[in-house]
Amino acid sequence: MTALIERVRNALGPELAGPFAAFVAVMIVFGFAAPNFLSRATFGSVAFQLPELGLLTLAMLLPILTGGLNLAITFTANMAGLTLAWVLQSQGGVDAGIGAFVLGSVLAIAVGALSGLIMGLVIAYTKAHPILVSLSMMIFLRGLGEFLTRGGDVSGIPGFLAPIGYGSIFGIPVPLLIFIACVLIWHVLLTRMKLGFNTYMIGSNIEATRYSGINTRKVQVLVYTLSGAMCAVAGIIMLARFNSVRVGHGESYLLITVLACFLGGVNPFGGFGRVIPVFVALVVLQLLSSGLNLMGANQHLATAVWGILMITVMILRWLAGRLKFLNTNRG
Amino acid sequence: MADQALDGAASRPLLSLRNVNMTFGGVKALKNVSFEVLPGEVHCLAGENGSGKSTLIKVITGVYKPEAGAVIDYDGQSYSHMSPVTAQASGIQVIWQDLALFPEMTVAENIAFQTVIGRWPRLVNYAEMRRVAINALQRLGVTFDVDLALHHFPIAQRQIVAIARALVGEAKLVFMDEPTASLTQSETDYLLDIVRNLSASGVAVVFVSHRLAEVLEISSRVTVLRDGALVGVYPTKGLTQSRITELMTGKTFDYSVLHRDLSRSPVMLEVKGLSRPGEFDDVSLTVRRGETLGITGLLGAGRTELALTLFGMRKPKSGSVVLDGKPVRFGSNRDAIAAGVAYLSEDRLSLGLIQPQAIADNMVIASLDKILSGGFISSERKRSLVNRWIRDLGVRIGKQDDAISTLSGGNQQRVAIAKWLATDPKLLILDAPTVGVDVGARAGIFDIVSKLADSGLAIILISDEVPEVYFNADRVLHMAQGRIVGEFTPGATTLQAIEEAVYA
Repeated sequence: MTALIERVRNALGPELAGPFAAFVAVMIVFGFAAPNFLSRATFGSVAFQLPELGLLTLAMLLPILTGGLNLAITFTANMAGLTLAWVLQSQGGVDAGIGAFVLGSVLAIAVGALSGLIMGLVIAYTKAHPILVSLSMMIFLRGLGEFLTRGGDVSGIPGFLAPIGYGSIFGIPVPLLIFIACVLIWHVLLTRMKLGFNTYMIGSNIEATRYSGINTRKVQVLVYTLSGAMCAVAGIIMLARFNSVRVGHGESYLLITVLACFLGGVNPFGGFGRVIPVFVALVVLQLLSSGLNLMGANQHLATAVWGILMITVMILRWLAGRLKFLNTNRG
Repeated sequence: MADQALDGAASRPLLSLRNVNMTFGGVKALKNVSFEVLPGEVHCLAGENGSGKSTLIKVITGVYKPEAGAVIDYDGQSYSHMSPVTAQASGIQVIWQDLALFPEMTVAENIAFQTVIGRWPRLVNYAEMRRVAINALQRLGVTFDVDLALHHFPIAQRQIVAIARALVGEAKLVFMDEPTASLTQSETDYLLDIVRNLSASGVAVVFVSHRLAEVLEISSRVTVLRDGALVGVYPTKGLTQSRITELMTGKTFDYSVLHRDLSRSPVMLEVKGLSRPGEFDDVSLTVRRGETLGITGLLGAGRTELALTLFGMRKPKSGSVVLDGKPVRFGSNRDAIAAGVAYLSEDRLSLGLIQPQAIADNMVIASLDKILSGGFISSERKRSLVNRWIRDLGVRIGKQDDAISTLSGGNQQRVAIAKWLATDPKLLILDAPTVGVDVGARAGIFDIVSKLADSGLAIILISDEVPEVYFNADRVLHMAQGRIVGEFTPGATTLQAIEEAVYA
């Protein structure tokens, strides 16, 4: 058993072992408990629900790796969605063309990036704590959005957007494809690019990184800008899925994204964490809620189980750490 | 004589250990060690990192239980092992390097809190705490405002508060672990006076220090450990710094000054009238290719500030810098690195290296552009760059991906040097490169420095230990209060003369 764990760990890397073990556990438990769990329907529902939370988690991941946080992710997504919706409305609402959608998406991503850019600049230059800065941005965006929409929905979305929310290509849901593409971009960014390298270094020790000749301000600004842009992608998908935008959509995802990062082995203080384990952790969370749903459990109970899962993971990590400690001390 | 404090009946040992063995995970940390402390003496425990000093202290204070067969005689009683409770109750106190004080609490609370813990009634008697604290400080011959929070006091005073706290515990034997590591020379002198007072009042002190000059000044006897075994016990009188180093490392070192003729070597760095108000004033110096320029002086003399200015991290108010024939003005350290300046920070733990991150990542961080291929980091290029430097500088590591914090100080410093050499510097500034590096490993670092100079690099070596610059630099500048106040050539001037000038 130990040898097996060791082999899985070596094959997947230390961060992936935990989420992967959780994945296997969830599959086995629900496979037995809910007879219809291992079915197309389950995976269909997971595949459509995963991207919204997943894209927001990617937006949360980069700031966490630098030792910060972006609490404005959901409202940034809402603002970006609103931007797209308004562009579509101004170009004829349900009759708007593809050109309006492209223009709207570009502007939406620009709005998301701008929100991140402002946070990044404030954090990098004033050295204010990211929690406070992003909290301020979150409140600003919520107030602004509610003011502009009078608290209501903005709808009137052309029909050709539906496939982005519900369509499939070769049986794979389009939102999932977009999410996987974003996961790969983040993976390459973090493992192969200078910005990714510096993101980790800053997360461990920003002063030592600066002493090594890295422009730490630039890295921070870029990290938050990319985080904002990723929120915008989530906002566009949410618009396509709900067929409307309302400020506050997806608000409950905010803290779940933080938990998903930690479940994926990301160090809460920054410096360590990879995209793929976070992806697996997200799949586990979705499978868990889908499985409970199939068994007829209340949606709220599913959220409660997520909480219990996280606490269990913390305790297991502590136990694993102790076991390792005892082993090295004995041998 | 070394034994002057020990005549008469007092010469029966207060503490005597025999046959102490400790094994951790198959490694023998202590091999048949014996150790003896006389009442009221100042005894120094010397040895490199990993030689067993800390383990021995932990055996005496009851943190570790030695293997069977050990005999601990203390104050007329015989034990097979100590327990932390017995050790404390019978007057054995340790002042660890981090002091374990409470910065937000007052001096009185820090000194006397133990006297009020666990006593009925469970109310704090502040008047008694103050009395106890003042009393303890008086025994050390100092007066503090005991009502002031501790964080108002500099580190040297906090050290004294920690000693006073040990006295409240009715100490007969006090261990001090690297007490002077973060002190300036004058603070150190102050602390050594306190230790003398302590010893005169009958308390035995075991002093652990890397700074051999202090060891020679304060102690009457020295016990040397190497690789967990006892090398010997020596009266301090008759020992020299180089003799202790030899005993600690088991190697003999060649202490000789450099004799390199650099008069025809072209000038690499020329600094004229460089000033930054409040930090340094009107500094002019030149460094030639292949030359090592030593800068020494006390802490706060402006050495690090000058280095950071040359490295582009601070902007000079006036003056000029010419590097390799071109006038330079750096907007940031990125400009400086691009122009060929490298700066090894004095603070390896928090500024020099990113401790939790991998050895390989720390080595390439300053030269990422060299391992890019088509805009992406090439893991092959990274690996080969790292392997090359590990080989060239003789770094001893496990895996490239291990955290840098798993390495010893000396190996960490080699990685830090490699990180800067990878940027192809013309001028390498080494700020206190041997802080936290074992005596034996220091020689290895200076071997590297000497080879680098021979390869044509211009080097500035900053250190507050005069012998270090004396034996490893071609010229030595003495900096005091932000000014260059003297220039010496090792060999032409004696080491003692420079030390007198610097430490005066």
